[in-house]
Amino acid sequence: MKKFFKGNNKEFSTPYTLKNAIIKGDTWTRLSLAVLGAGNIARKQYIKGILYFLLQVVYLFFMITTGLGCLLSLPSLGSVEQGEIWNEAKGVYEYTAGDNSLLILLYGVATIFLLVAFILIWRSNLKSAYKAQVLKEEGKHINSFKEDIKELFNKDLHKLLMTGPFLGIVLITVLPLVFMIAMAFTNYSTINSHLILFDWVGLVNFTKILNFNDNIGRLFYSVLSWTIVWAIFATFTNYIFGTLLAIVINRKDTKFKSFWRFCFILSIAVPQFVTLLVMRSMLQQNGAVNVLLKNLGIIKTALPFFGNATWARVTVIVINMWIGIPYTLIQVTGILQNIPTELYESAKVDGANSITTFFKITMPYMLFVTTPYLITTFTNNINNFNVIYLLSAGDPTPVGATAGKTDLLVTWLYKLTIDRQYYNLGAVIGIMTFVVLAIVSLITYRNTNSYKDEEGFM
Amino acid sequence: MKKSVLKSYQRKRKIINTLIHVGLAVLAIIWILPIAWVILTSFRAEPGSYISTFLPKGYTINNYVRLFTETSMLNFPKIFMNTFIVAICSCIVTVFFVLSVAYCMSRLRFKLRKPYMNFAMIITLFPGFMSTVATYYILKALGLSEGSMILVALVLVYSAGAGTQFFIAKGFFDTIPKAIDEAAYIDGATKWQVFTRLTIPLSKPIIVYTVLTAFMAPWIDFVFARVICRASVEYYTVSLGLFRMLELTMIDAWFTRFAAGAVCVSIPIAILFVFMQRFYAEGMSGAVKG
Repeated sequence: MKKFFKGNNKEFSTPYTLKNAIIKGDTWTRLSLAVLGAGNIARKQYIKGILYFLLQVVYLFFMITTGLGCLLSLPSLGSVEQGEIWNEAKGVYEYTAGDNSLLILLYGVATIFLLVAFILIWRSNLKSAYKAQVLKEEGKHINSFKEDIKELFNKDLHKLLMTGPFLGIVLITVLPLVFMIAMAFTNYSTINSHLILFDWVGLVNFTKILNFNDNIGRLFYSVLSWTIVWAIFATFTNYIFGTLLAIVINRKDTKFKSFWRFCFILSIAVPQFVTLLVMRSMLQQNGAVNVLLKNLGIIKTALPFFGNATWARVTVIVINMWIGIPYTLIQVTGILQNIPTELYESAKVDGANSITTFFKITMPYMLFVTTPYLITTFTNNINNFNVIYLLSAGDPTPVGATAGKTDLLVTWLYKLTIDRQYYNLGAVIGIMTFVVLAIVSLITYRNTNSYKDEEGFM
Repeated sequence: MKKSVLKSYQRKRKIINTLIHVGLAVLAIIWILPIAWVILTSFRAEPGSYISTFLPKGYTINNYVRLFTETSMLNFPKIFMNTFIVAICSCIVTVFFVLSVAYCMSRLRFKLRKPYMNFAMIITLFPGFMSTVATYYILKALGLSEGSMILVALVLVYSAGAGTQFFIAKGFFDTIPKAIDEAAYIDGATKWQVFTRLTIPLSKPIIVYTVLTAFMAPWIDFVFARVICRASVEYYTVSLGLFRMLELTMIDAWFTRFAAGAVCVSIPIAILFVFMQRFYAEGMSGAVKG
């Protein structure tokens, strides 16, 4: 695991480490331990030093005014209930502000993030101070602020380019994620009305969901198994039929190749939610499909597309083929056209027929190239919210259950959090989905060549 | 003798070819039919969501006119413009983020490169909208949940996390020969110059592909928009607006207008898609071919 995060760092080793700064640093460098920027100012890197110092002032100001309070109330998540006081003069109930556990949790998590950010800044300040000290001792040139900026466009380009995207990810993805994961360990849900004030409950939610004898637990295992069945079927039906279609269109004797491709690809161009909502209304009891079949005299009573568990499951898989095959077609067509024609020609000379060439050349080549694509499709299908939610909405749903027969883990998660406000259970489901995906992709992805042999291209 | 074998072979081939073309035609009809049905419904004169015939009895252009003029219940022109603005802004930010990160991962070597790639891989494994509720509260704390700030919030949601979606662009940059970069360095170019003047001009297919996917995201997304817009109907994006038309209370009066709206949304996206699809294929197959 350590190797996984550290990677190979030998080639990037530098003498300007935190340890060296503390052990070998002089007075000014050590002063930077407490006063950020001191070391830099002492070596005439005024702007840099002042920037560090200002950051420290701002951070300390924030911690004293709000941050500390946020951190301290994190363990209890607040306890003051919203009060109701009868105001005689006005003749109305007045509400006194109570604690809002959600905000306490959010601000607490955010404060921890800021703390980590500050520690990183503090570290870089020390390193920078030590570097300036060493350079001065060796009589080398110390970069001015202007030169530092210039370096950002050359040697340190990665710092310039990565900062924005990384901050974006932290703000919009990581922070909410940590916040959500924290919720899994609380009792934040409508059950017993813990929507405003809630507490830490440890692993209770996890044991509840993993417990076979609990209602929610049983539902979890049935949803999980359907999710996996769905992902396998959805991935392989699309892959097999998409590839077949691409091969048929690519045949030498097929006429109007681009016309056929256009017909299929048109369906991608229409936004997915539009086609899905349309399909949904076409497949209703009185929808267009049933009407058409009745008019043609093929059926007497309407087909229960979303009324019966098996019907619904087959329907979503079939409709998903309609959605997904064009995507496979695009991907596979490019790959098929890239198979070296010499392979086929020499096979022909050796007297191989088209079936042999398919199994001996086309298939192995395709599988070799498309394995990463298959893995991403598989994980995307486990997370395929749109197809299920907009098409069947998880129906048929047994009375009183929180998940229907076609619900995936993700749609169940959505229903639990958005519709039912069982935030804690939703968070647990999210973590479980992550675990399933992580197992699948870590095993497969790390074994693919594109990951192992990253430099192979160059 | 030989001639007849050849003849029967040719006949067999002809039969197979005919069968394949008939099969393709049937499949093509299956794929076109739902789209054709939406277009027909958008011109349907009879109101209501369900009718007893497959084809409409009368045709009218009224659905489109009403969609764009009757704005009291649901202001479709405004919703359309909202989505357009959000799409353009988030597209610009996304493209910048994706290209920056992909270039760093592909060409620059620094200590946190591998850790970052693993980090991005792990992040993308979490269900994307697991954190939508949390994101909403964060945006609320930043004061972006009221009024026109909702649009800013939407742009942020669609684009700020783009730094994790660099894998395809990185794969593309990997195929640009490193010798080109090295030649430029020898001539005294900085890394920034190599990135902006060499790599980016060579990467047209992948830039177009990124632009396409980024531009389409706000038109297609439903989940994030729903959590962030909540009840603020005037800041809805098209997917929310169209979904709303299918709500039980509205579906009867609005179904044909829903179809008209769906057509209006699909046409620009379809044109963009067909036009840019070849860049997608080119982007997949690498930059400079040997």
